[in-house]
Amino acid sequence: MSDFVPAPIAQLPWKTILLLFVLASFGFVVLYSAAGGSMSPWAGPHMFRFTVFVVMAIVLSRFKESFWKTMAFPAYAIVVLMLLGVELIGAVGGGSQRWLNLGFINLQPSELMKVAIILAVARFYDLLPPSQLRTWGAIWPLFGLLAVPCMLILLQPDLGTTITVVAGALTIAFLAGLPLRLFIGGAAAVAVIAPLAYFFALEEYQQRRVTTFLNPENDPLGSGYHISQSKIAIGSGGLFGKGFMNGTQSHLDYLPEGHTDFVFATMAEEWGLMGGILVLFCFFLLFRWGLGVAMKAKTRFSKLTAAGLTVTIFFYVAINLMMVMGLAPVVGIPLPFLSHGGSSMMTIMICVGILMSIERNPGRRGGAFG
Amino acid sequence: MKSPKTISSAMQEITFTRRATVIGGLQIGVGVMLAARMAYISVAENERYKLLSESNRVNLTLVPPRRGWLIDRNGKPIANNKTDFRVDIIPDRLRDKKQTIATLAELLSLDSEELERINKELAQATSFQPVQVATGLDWEEYAAVSVRLPDLPGVSPRQGFSRNYPTGPAVGHLVGYVGIASAEDYKKNPDPILVTPGYKIGKDGLEKMFEDRLQGKPGAKRVEVTARGKIVRELNTHPDTPGKPLQLTLDIDLQEYAARRLGPESGSVVVLDTHSGDILAMASMPSFDPNSFSDGISTVEWGMLSEDDHVPLRNKILKGLYPPGSTVKPMHAMAFLEAGIQPTESITCGGGRRIGNRFFHCWGNHGQVDMAKGIYQSCDSYFYHFAQEVGFAKVADYAKLLGMGQEFPLPVSSQFYGTVPSPAWLEKKYKRKWQTYDTVNSSIGQGYYLANPLQLAVMAARLATGRKLMPHMLADSKRKPAPSLGFTDDHIAYVRAAMSEVVNGRGTAGRAKLPLDDVLMAGKTGTAQVVSLSVSNGKRSAPWKYRDHGLFICFAPFDNPRYAAAVVIEHGGGSGAAYPVARDVITFLYDREKAMNVLTDLEKSWGGTIQERMDTKMAAYRAARNMEKAAADNPPPEAPADGTEASAGD
Repeated sequence: MSDFVPAPIAQLPWKTILLLFVLASFGFVVLYSAAGGSMSPWAGPHMFRFTVFVVMAIVLSRFKESFWKTMAFPAYAIVVLMLLGVELIGAVGGGSQRWLNLGFINLQPSELMKVAIILAVARFYDLLPPSQLRTWGAIWPLFGLLAVPCMLILLQPDLGTTITVVAGALTIAFLAGLPLRLFIGGAAAVAVIAPLAYFFALEEYQQRRVTTFLNPENDPLGSGYHISQSKIAIGSGGLFGKGFMNGTQSHLDYLPEGHTDFVFATMAEEWGLMGGILVLFCFFLLFRWGLGVAMKAKTRFSKLTAAGLTVTIFFYVAINLMMVMGLAPVVGIPLPFLSHGGSSMMTIMICVGILMSIERNPGRRGGAFG
Repeated sequence: MKSPKTISSAMQEITFTRRATVIGGLQIGVGVMLAARMAYISVAENERYKLLSESNRVNLTLVPPRRGWLIDRNGKPIANNKTDFRVDIIPDRLRDKKQTIATLAELLSLDSEELERINKELAQATSFQPVQVATGLDWEEYAAVSVRLPDLPGVSPRQGFSRNYPTGPAVGHLVGYVGIASAEDYKKNPDPILVTPGYKIGKDGLEKMFEDRLQGKPGAKRVEVTARGKIVRELNTHPDTPGKPLQLTLDIDLQEYAARRLGPESGSVVVLDTHSGDILAMASMPSFDPNSFSDGISTVEWGMLSEDDHVPLRNKILKGLYPPGSTVKPMHAMAFLEAGIQPTESITCGGGRRIGNRFFHCWGNHGQVDMAKGIYQSCDSYFYHFAQEVGFAKVADYAKLLGMGQEFPLPVSSQFYGTVPSPAWLEKKYKRKWQTYDTVNSSIGQGYYLANPLQLAVMAARLATGRKLMPHMLADSKRKPAPSLGFTDDHIAYVRAAMSEVVNGRGTAGRAKLPLDDVLMAGKTGTAQVVSLSVSNGKRSAPWKYRDHGLFICFAPFDNPRYAAAVVIEHGGGSGAAYPVARDVITFLYDREKAMNVLTDLEKSWGGTIQERMDTKMAAYRAARNMEKAAADNPPPEAPADGTEASAGD
């Protein structure tokens, strides 16, 4: 960096910011086209929010590791209270509601829980003496931390977010060193429980989503419609796409939710496989950076948090893309940086902000126990 | 204590690094899988999804072809096409039937009768069959429906062509009408054009007979549509190929005049060109309006037509059979001449004549009667006598030769060809021997004799020319002259003169004389009894149903015939109802203005033109029906239903 640039600015993680900017700009282009060549209603606000949240992430990056450690459990508690609040407002107002209206943004507490659970679980394994790692004591608090938020989010009902929250927490447990057989056994148990859950725990509309995901052509005008139309959009795009502003699936409204959950299909229709590879490559760079931060971090808490946050963003991307390409049921998870939507972008930028803070302050070797 | 903990901490770090690497590897695996999946969809299956995307985007609509015109001998349109804005419903795309119909009713101000028809047709229609809501809309109404289309799934507004019959009821029976293809039609030939809104097929008459020729080939229009069915833009259009026109022998002006001249009567007029056999007019009244039939007739209108005792739904020219009565007498006279009877041979009519051992009455007392007087005074006794002398089997042969009892090669679905009684026929049909009274009855066109008006006109034309003229409906410039029937010129001239005397001399139809200086018409009256004299005298004072049919055949000019005609007025109370019509129709061929003046005065006394009278009748029928319905729906209430009724009772 040149001497003309003041040190605090020069020290910013420009490479990461540039990466995010590329992704968000691509999202902007896609949203601009999806609105028929208009900044409103999606493209303009998308870029504005991105700018605001990038600044927020930079601010977050100034906090030290100790701050996150201190905040881990209180933040978790606050978000649980917010989830409870949403549930109560919904009960009073009659009808389910997922967000709190904060005026400038409709805040989904379940989104924040994705971050809060990472911090809380990472903090828990940070506090857990290594000797206890192979005891019962390493397991039940994990389930304790998951139980209340998962119940509340499932009540909304929001299966997609629940899965992300659980997956984030389990990933940290895995990285923290819980015995491998627990995970293998758990996977086997899920294989047994999943069919049972399908029949007894899922709502009818969720069951339908699962069955139509398995065979969308069975119900092309019902719930299979989303997946079918999304595949048509991606498939008809071909190698190089139909060209900017030339997507018919999105412009003629055949593709539902083309600006939110199915934004990738909107993109793929106009930019083809090349656009898709670009997006995947950008995300690859992002996750490589995230895991790199985790590897380089010196303290256990930093390591677990950084890896957990990276995996959380990864779950967004992976579940969304699998859904859009017909590999997973429609669960309603947006694609980071491309989908229009404030809550999820805020969550992801908080993740990024914490990751940048950890990158900035990798901590001292040994950490709390050092 | 310290060291195991440290080892454990270091171990943790190793575990973390190892497991984080595993997670990174898994992530790359997922990423590769996603890239492969996307490549598979967008490259390997690209063709398939491109096709699906196109079939999403592009909506191919068929454009119904314009039907070929029906034109008259002078090229004037009998049936053509008019541009039209229309609205249809495709039943299987309807979402909220009640709401949609209510919205349409409001936008297009449909009345309850129309709604009744639409609901009925919707209930009957198969899912893909379009149900017509309204046609002949103006631009505003069309636009009003078009802009609301996203909220009205299943509604299809279109600009197209609809069949138009400028002369309406005058050609109803002849041309038939067009209509939406039925479910059976579609089952037989599942061509998508059949269920395209606005597409009509011939349902009756010439429209049906010449369907293949008139139909044409549909065009196609490719439009880009949104998921909700809104048309974004037209991509390209392949125009329709209109059907081929069909020229008829008809003179549409004469046809219309004849139809109008029939007035309120139930009757028919046939006019033939005696050179070619071309049918210049064949009007059967009352009739239906093919325009309203083609637009989808309301149940009320249908009810009115089918209940009418003047049977507007029957083409009386081909399917009305009447005892020909005295109109056969000139033809029978020709048979006598050919059988060797001298025209001067006479008999005495004493109010009748003894034939065999029975006395048969004549309608008058004609004294000394030769052949000419037998014709112009229509003396029954003369024909009793000579039919008996010649033998009716022979007479019947001539009747058939002149067209009676014959079916003609015309493009119509069916003709009733009636009966020429003869001993052989009677034996076959009723298994009984021919009796003297059969000869007597048959000799004056009664008894088993039955003919349709076309046969009467053909008989007149053949009698007038001595040629075997065949009636034609389709124009053809290369027509061979009709072969001679073998009558001598003397015989033909004799019958012509006698028939001229009917009109222009001492005959039974003096009022039929043409109001023209240079054209003399020859004719023959006929009266066909409907009920026996013991029930009614059959005159105009009798109830309509009991009145005699009035018949008249004629040709003009009498000495060099150009036109031949037959008029039948059902229950006209005698031939006096028929020959004035014939007189005016023939006059029209020579002097249109004169003929029109007569008609204008007459129509004033009848209460307007055909359309006006039909409308009045429709309104009266509707009113009566509504009253009946109201009486049935609301039995006299015990307590007044509302205030107005209460005050009306005071």
